[in-house]
Amino acid sequence: MRFVDEFREPELISKTAEEIRRLAGMERHFRMMEVCGGHTHAIYRFGLKDILPENIELIHGPGCPVCVLPMGRIDDGLAIAQAPDVIFAAFGDMMRVPGTQGSPLEHKARGMDVRIVYSPSDALKLARLNPEKHVMFFAIGFETTAPSTALTMMRAKAEGIRNFSVFCNHVTIIPAIRAILDSPDMRLDAFIGPGHVSTVIGCRPYEWIAANEGKPIVVSGFEPLDMLQSIVMLLRQLNAGEVKVENQYKRVVPWEGNRAALKAMAEVFELRPYFEWRGLGFISQSALRINRKYAEFDAEERFEVPGIRVTDPKAAQCGEVLKGVLKPHQCKLFGRECTPEHPIGALMVSSEGSCAAYHNYEHRKAAMVSLSSIA
Amino acid sequence: MCLAIPGKIVEISSDNQDSAIVDVVGVRRRIDLGLLHEDKPLPGDWVLVHVGFAMSKISEQDAADQMNTLRVLGEIEGAMQEVKGYGLEDVN
Repeated sequence: MRFVDEFREPELISKTAEEIRRLAGMERHFRMMEVCGGHTHAIYRFGLKDILPENIELIHGPGCPVCVLPMGRIDDGLAIAQAPDVIFAAFGDMMRVPGTQGSPLEHKARGMDVRIVYSPSDALKLARLNPEKHVMFFAIGFETTAPSTALTMMRAKAEGIRNFSVFCNHVTIIPAIRAILDSPDMRLDAFIGPGHVSTVIGCRPYEWIAANEGKPIVVSGFEPLDMLQSIVMLLRQLNAGEVKVENQYKRVVPWEGNRAALKAMAEVFELRPYFEWRGLGFISQSALRINRKYAEFDAEERFEVPGIRVTDPKAAQCGEVLKGVLKPHQCKLFGRECTPEHPIGALMVSSEGSCAAYHNYEHRKAAMVSLSSIA
Repeated sequence: MCLAIPGKIVEISSDNQDSAIVDVVGVRRRIDLGLLHEDKPLPGDWVLVHVGFAMSKISEQDAADQMNTLRVLGEIEGAMQEVKGYGLEDVN
């Protein structure tokens, strides 16, 4: 077991945990959603729940890009790569995500040319190295990743590369938060805002949550102290009856975001009228597609895409877990048919998926960092 | 993949101002600076790198803290494998 003194300012962590207990009191139950999958992972890894009082409940949000992607899109991407001389390139996170006929890795075992890339620019490099083939990059991610895909396409266009396309599955975080707030079975008091998405979009887009939905939101870093401080900031607002957007992660997130990144996205993408999210259903204007100027790099324009909607395996309750209605272990398949080694749902694949995080740390009690030893 | 990895700018290409080599705990790779047009980093600066693109400038202390977080999250090995580009990266 590791200890919290591996982090900066362990005394401050302990003091902050004390402050949380004081602010939370006993009377009220607080339900806070951490939007980002990176936060979900960190919460389990650091055993954060063990040092929070019982009346603070953390609900895991939709911010894991591979988790929210419906299976039909994976099937579509793999269908494109059935065409002759197509290389299927995707991030490592995608490789074990199940499609109807298996994951990209399983397709690779059956002979498909599947490559793991770290960066969209590495996918473009693959295209340069394989002029006789067509490289299709399976793009996923929120606003953290979308600008990198956009800039890569701008580079491809400037270079006049003709054997490269993007199957675009980029999604945007704000409409997902809105959909969760609109869901009748979801009662939330506040949000822990995503850290790295906000380096791109800044803090301003969250202002409507405060203004229209009456929910405080604090954009947070990923260290234990960051998350605890964010919870303190939220509790102070809730206790004082205030509703505002605050930035705990100022050292990385500028209030106005990254204008160059937003500009690159605006150059290449436009909003889809609607897009299907696993668990959340169709959400209007919640995803990006490639605009006409870049149509030659749009895999959906260049190839036949089946576009068939696929429902998740019946027994799996990924949707309920994604919405925060069920905890991971309350799913009937959790830890039995569905494990990180043999995932049935995407939430069990990515380290940012709440099922994998829960399984690795909570269920197995393995490798968990002990914050409670000091707090 | 939400978690970015810190790197120190070692060199900016003389023929392409958007292309730089960063050092990520001893591993070097080429990254794209095109998303930091409004606040260009210089050699010696620290940046957060996400999928091969510099996303923001950070302090050396923040870089150390972020590295520590990744280490304790058990993400270092995966992140390093990513940075090495799964064999695609030829910078040494």
